[in-house]
Amino acid sequence: MPKDFFALMKGELLVGLLIIVLLFLKIGNKQRSNETLLRLINGLLLFNLAAGFFCIRPGNLFGNSFQTDPLRILEKNMLSLGTLIISLQAYDWLRQHKHVVEFYILLLSTLLGMFFMISAGNLLLFFVGLELSTIPLAALVNFDLDKKPSSEAAIKFILSSAFSSGLLLFGISMLYGTTGTIEFAILPQRLDGDPLQLFSMILVLTGFAFKISVVPFHLWTADVYEGAPVAVTSYLSVVSKAAILFVLTPVLYTVFKSPGDTWVPILFLLSILTIIVGNLFALRQQNMKRFLAFSSISQMGFILIGIGGQSAEGRSAVIYFLLIYIFSNLGAFGVVALMSARAGRERIDDYKGFYKSHPALSWVLAISLFSLAGIPPTAGFFGKFFLLLAGAGKAHYWLIALAALNMVISLYYYLRIVKAMFMDESREPVEKMRTGMPAKIALTVCVGGILVTGLASGAYQYMHSLIAR
Amino acid sequence: MNLSLLILLPFLTSLALLVCKGDKPVRLVAAAGSFLQVGACVVLLCLYWKERASGNTAEMLFQNDPVWYAPLGIHYHTGVDGISVAMLLLTSLIVFAGVLVSWNLKMLSKEFFFLLLLLSAGAYGFFVSLDLFTMFFFLEMAVIPKFLLIGIWGSSTATSKEYAATKLVLMLMGGSALVFVGLAGIYFQAGAGRGMHSFDLLQIARMNIPVETQKWIFPFIFIGFGVFAALFPFHTWVPDGHSSAPTAASMFLAGISMKLGGYGCLRVATYLLPAAAHYYSGVIVLLSAIAILYGAFATMMQTDLKYINAYSSVSHCGFVLLGIGMLTQTSINGAVLQMVSHGLMTALFFACIGMIYDRTHTRAVAKLGGLLKMMPFLSTAFVLAGLCSLGLPGLSGFVAELTVFMGSWQRVDAFYRWATIAACGSIVVTAVYILRAVGQTIMGGGGSAVRDQAGALKDAAWNERLAIAILVIGIVVIGVAPFWLNGLIAPAGESIMLRVVGAAH
Repeated sequence: MPKDFFALMKGELLVGLLIIVLLFLKIGNKQRSNETLLRLINGLLLFNLAAGFFCIRPGNLFGNSFQTDPLRILEKNMLSLGTLIISLQAYDWLRQHKHVVEFYILLLSTLLGMFFMISAGNLLLFFVGLELSTIPLAALVNFDLDKKPSSEAAIKFILSSAFSSGLLLFGISMLYGTTGTIEFAILPQRLDGDPLQLFSMILVLTGFAFKISVVPFHLWTADVYEGAPVAVTSYLSVVSKAAILFVLTPVLYTVFKSPGDTWVPILFLLSILTIIVGNLFALRQQNMKRFLAFSSISQMGFILIGIGGQSAEGRSAVIYFLLIYIFSNLGAFGVVALMSARAGRERIDDYKGFYKSHPALSWVLAISLFSLAGIPPTAGFFGKFFLLLAGAGKAHYWLIALAALNMVISLYYYLRIVKAMFMDESREPVEKMRTGMPAKIALTVCVGGILVTGLASGAYQYMHSLIAR
Repeated sequence: MNLSLLILLPFLTSLALLVCKGDKPVRLVAAAGSFLQVGACVVLLCLYWKERASGNTAEMLFQNDPVWYAPLGIHYHTGVDGISVAMLLLTSLIVFAGVLVSWNLKMLSKEFFFLLLLLSAGAYGFFVSLDLFTMFFFLEMAVIPKFLLIGIWGSSTATSKEYAATKLVLMLMGGSALVFVGLAGIYFQAGAGRGMHSFDLLQIARMNIPVETQKWIFPFIFIGFGVFAALFPFHTWVPDGHSSAPTAASMFLAGISMKLGGYGCLRVATYLLPAAAHYYSGVIVLLSAIAILYGAFATMMQTDLKYINAYSSVSHCGFVLLGIGMLTQTSINGAVLQMVSHGLMTALFFACIGMIYDRTHTRAVAKLGGLLKMMPFLSTAFVLAGLCSLGLPGLSGFVAELTVFMGSWQRVDAFYRWATIAACGSIVVTAVYILRAVGQTIMGGGGSAVRDQAGALKDAAWNERLAIAILVIGIVVIGVAPFWLNGLIAPAGESIMLRVVGAAH
């Protein structure tokens, strides 16, 4: 066993340990109330997040198949943060649920899979990590056990993931066949522009595109998001997508660096399609979860523009935007989760007159939506600006103009909700809901993150320094 | 003087508002905060004069240039020249007057003042920024609060207030999206080949952007800012937005928000892309001449006081763009004078209309009449605003418009001459609609709305008198002693002109 084993794999080991602890909690015969369990688990997740900030050092394990460095640790910490926030927001929903511990075992398994995926040094470990992060998610989507749409969503999710994994694996096998290696480090030297390699690259890209629901591979998204419990929806739309993007960017930037001229135009085309289709569908949605699903599709399009910049600025902009996206989307989902758990309402019309009954929650939702729309002084403005600026570095100004005008369209549908909350009168207003402490903490963190991450440039500069190194 | 103070003041005031309880402390804090802003701007003006008098000829004074986003070359670069000082002073006066006229607001007053001060922070930031990124940041920050201000506190007229608010915000954001594309173009093209990208206004001014590049960037930036300044045919948000907004927001919209566009056209488009400004000069002049005439004739048909002032704002802001498009030293000075003058005049107009509406609950000219007898102070201010609008000598409108015309006449080509003559012709139309509206409203026997509540019509209260007084003093001082303001802005206009002349050869 290498001597740095524990130090280098501490993130994965800790999450694995947490899963085992939860297993013991489950099979132990002592009865605990859900509240106690949830408090304990949230504490453990907080510990997991905090531990991520210590003992950061680069290194390789298992013959380079497991790699870690400060940037990857930062990415893992972002995922841990997202998981913690979602867990806090799910408190109200899980309190009455029968299978709290199972929920967290599955959730942490997916997190472990993402960690391995990020740290993978070859295609094999990457694929294993991806599958580990996908299959438990299907079970999570089905976690509203007595609701039919939830099972339906799970079936749709597992089918589309299986299909996309198949495409990805097909691409990987062809890549291996033409180059004779699966190592990320060696692959770029063996790529010689062989058409079969380009074909495998397209397949790999398609597999990724499915997972982050890029148009035209987005069809599963809205149905799954609507059927799944809110906590799982937010996990799907934020954490799992962030993890895939954390891998997609370096794969495109290092492994497929030489065929860059091929994938950059493809990516730009996909991005603009994604933005436009996501926007057009979001315009007409009535259900809040479907609405956020389409808005998240269009956000992915903006991220692809940043990746298409193919520069250190582009990569930092992507990671930076994802951090902001965690705060903003989870801020919005937090309020939706509360409404769903406490009042059982999920339609946009249910938010009419929300400001009269819940001023604080309305501001949280409004700030989160403004951040998603990219309005200063929220962090979303900085994130979008840097993404588009990175894309403009490739001098496709027509594309940037289209994307910028699409930001105006997206503003329209975000404002629809703001209008419903602040200006419309409701015939059947929502009764005053009590906001629990965990949800309050989560929402405060989100709003704080939205307000601080942009105005203070520290986060971006840190990411850029890690990438430019 | 640290210019960040000007941004911090409204920010801190709005934060202080959040902890206030009750209407009274809220408006006291808001008034104190906006009064401090006026004070800070006056101090800035004095310091600026002092620096200039002591022989400091730097283009921008009080510069401060900390790094914000180092990897992208984004700085928080602030500094002022004469034009910015004039605009800052205008902003502070209008915000203070706006707070005063909203004194008796009952509904959600805390949120109202919070958003109003947030808007003013955006405007201050925009005027002191010397970095395109920061400028863009503050430009967009001064848009969204308007949506809430109009949507929540506005009044539905011919169109619903939600429609007006959405239209305004989407059009303005569309404008800033265009500005963004232009900024990205400047960012990558200005430093092309040297590997150094910068958003810094002064640095970019030193790097010469190739003429062909300027030609494609310029339309994005000019039209983008032009949307804010009601450039024809992107002016359609103005009538709906202005007439649906609550009084203070109307004052801010017409008085400051439209000036953000004019300032941007001058400071970013013309200053950074002078060769393209020459190239497109004819188009700008044509569009602004259309805006002037079209706005004036459209006003003739209006029957609602707020619509009258909104359409006349389109016409008056046309003079700003005409002055910028003519590209002579005098016309640019005139454009800036017109920005300040129109800002004060239109704010006064909207303030008076708001007060009349509060009392009579109508803005229809046909239902009003005979107000002069019942509310002499308010009506006199209303007349003054009208006279200023039609360009009576002795008031600021005359000075500004005359300067624009004189500057325009210096362009000798037939096309520019005709455009100038056409623009001059609008003054007659202005006189017609202003005199008709003002005359019907305050003289005569009294309309139906006035007769209904004859007893309840009281003249302006102390807060309203103070607001009116501030704005009237501004108009009269500029009208009687225009050389003060001109002395402030002329050197700055000259430095812009130097670049334009340099690019022409």
